[in-house]
Amino acid sequence: MAAVIETRELRKNYGTSEAVRGLNVSVSVGSVCAFLGQNGAGKSSTLRMLLGMTRPTSGAGYIFGLKIDEEQESLRIRQRAAFVAEDKRLYDYMTVAQMVRFVRSFFPSWRKDLERCLIERFALPLDHKIRNLSKGMRTKLALLLGFARGCELLILDEPTEGLDPAAIEDVLAILVSLVAEGTTVFFSSHQISEVEQIADHVLMIDSGRLVLDAPMDRLKERYRQIQAVFPDLVDEGDFRIPGIEKVRAEGHTVALVASENIGAIVEHVRMMQARSVDVLPLSLKEIFLAKIETGQ
Amino acid sequence: MLRKPNPSSGIPIYVQLKEQIRHAIETGALSGGEQLPGIRALAETLVINPNTIIRVYRELEQEGVLEIRHGLGAFVASRRRSSSKAGQIRDGQHLVRDVVDKLRARGLDEGEIRRLLEAELASTEEVSRR
Repeated sequence: MAAVIETRELRKNYGTSEAVRGLNVSVSVGSVCAFLGQNGAGKSSTLRMLLGMTRPTSGAGYIFGLKIDEEQESLRIRQRAAFVAEDKRLYDYMTVAQMVRFVRSFFPSWRKDLERCLIERFALPLDHKIRNLSKGMRTKLALLLGFARGCELLILDEPTEGLDPAAIEDVLAILVSLVAEGTTVFFSSHQISEVEQIADHVLMIDSGRLVLDAPMDRLKERYRQIQAVFPDLVDEGDFRIPGIEKVRAEGHTVALVASENIGAIVEHVRMMQARSVDVLPLSLKEIFLAKIETGQ
Repeated sequence: MLRKPNPSSGIPIYVQLKEQIRHAIETGALSGGEQLPGIRALAETLVINPNTIIRVYRELEQEGVLEIRHGLGAFVASRRRSSSKAGQIRDGQHLVRDVVDKLRARGLDEGEIRRLLEAELASTEEVSRR
């Protein structure tokens, strides 16, 4: 599949601190790709580089095949990709209606139908000043301004921040309908449950490095938690087998997180005279925590 | 008719949705020739990724459960294929019952048997999907 976003050895240093350390990622056309990581892992720096808001220290990045660090090409990228930033910057002195009219005037491909539908669905108060909006309303307005541009790529930084569960479900429903029309979505989020619900691909970074790059379905199929109880005390060193991502031994029991080779691992555990072996599926949250802890 | 899948379970959404559709056909909630919802409509109702629905419809077509008529949508396949599937499931049920009876006779309780079956499925799943 063709890549909408592609980076090669992308790096960003701020003084002596390395925020992004050689990122190689690729986001396919039509996919919903989640970009995960703890605060300070390098997500925002990556997004800022992709959008031409800061220059990479080295390496290359492309969106629609256009270079992210060349001014003219970056401008064309920003015409074709909508970005909804985490801080949801809006003009406080305007009313909701003024803000919508103002942004609309910049974009010839503006989707009037979507604008009307979202104003109603989000119950946005058109005559209220933006300064008086609640955090949730600000988020909804920022999303409307991004969605209605009719772009082929949406880059969203924490899109549902400050929204209640019903509003989150609304936003996700709108996103999936845009994806059904062919829009590609690249979004960062701390809400693991919404990531699981709509993402088909997961990228995870830790300390500026990519630690996970996989389709969501494969993650759920491959990752397993293996719990075993042994007659004797066990040591974490007894479990150095390919495929094991994380080991936690406590007395007679061990809990393993494995990403592949499950059959052989279970076999190994049985050979060690385990009294019981349980193999359980893992949620994305548990995979996330295992990845962050091992920090590989 | 179809329920929202549970995204936080360790089971992929496409697997959950496939099971739901198969179950609906086996129980007669969906009958032969009946049309399934369009990709977009179903994605909006269940609030899941449309690519997942495409995968489910495509795989169920390969398994002979659905028929994709281009430009028209996905339909439940005519009854012959699915009733042979029901037969396979009935046969499988006999085998499982047999195994469960034997394990019970050896003194294993229900929870232990369930764990054994789940562990076996989980550890062979990876291999069978390759």
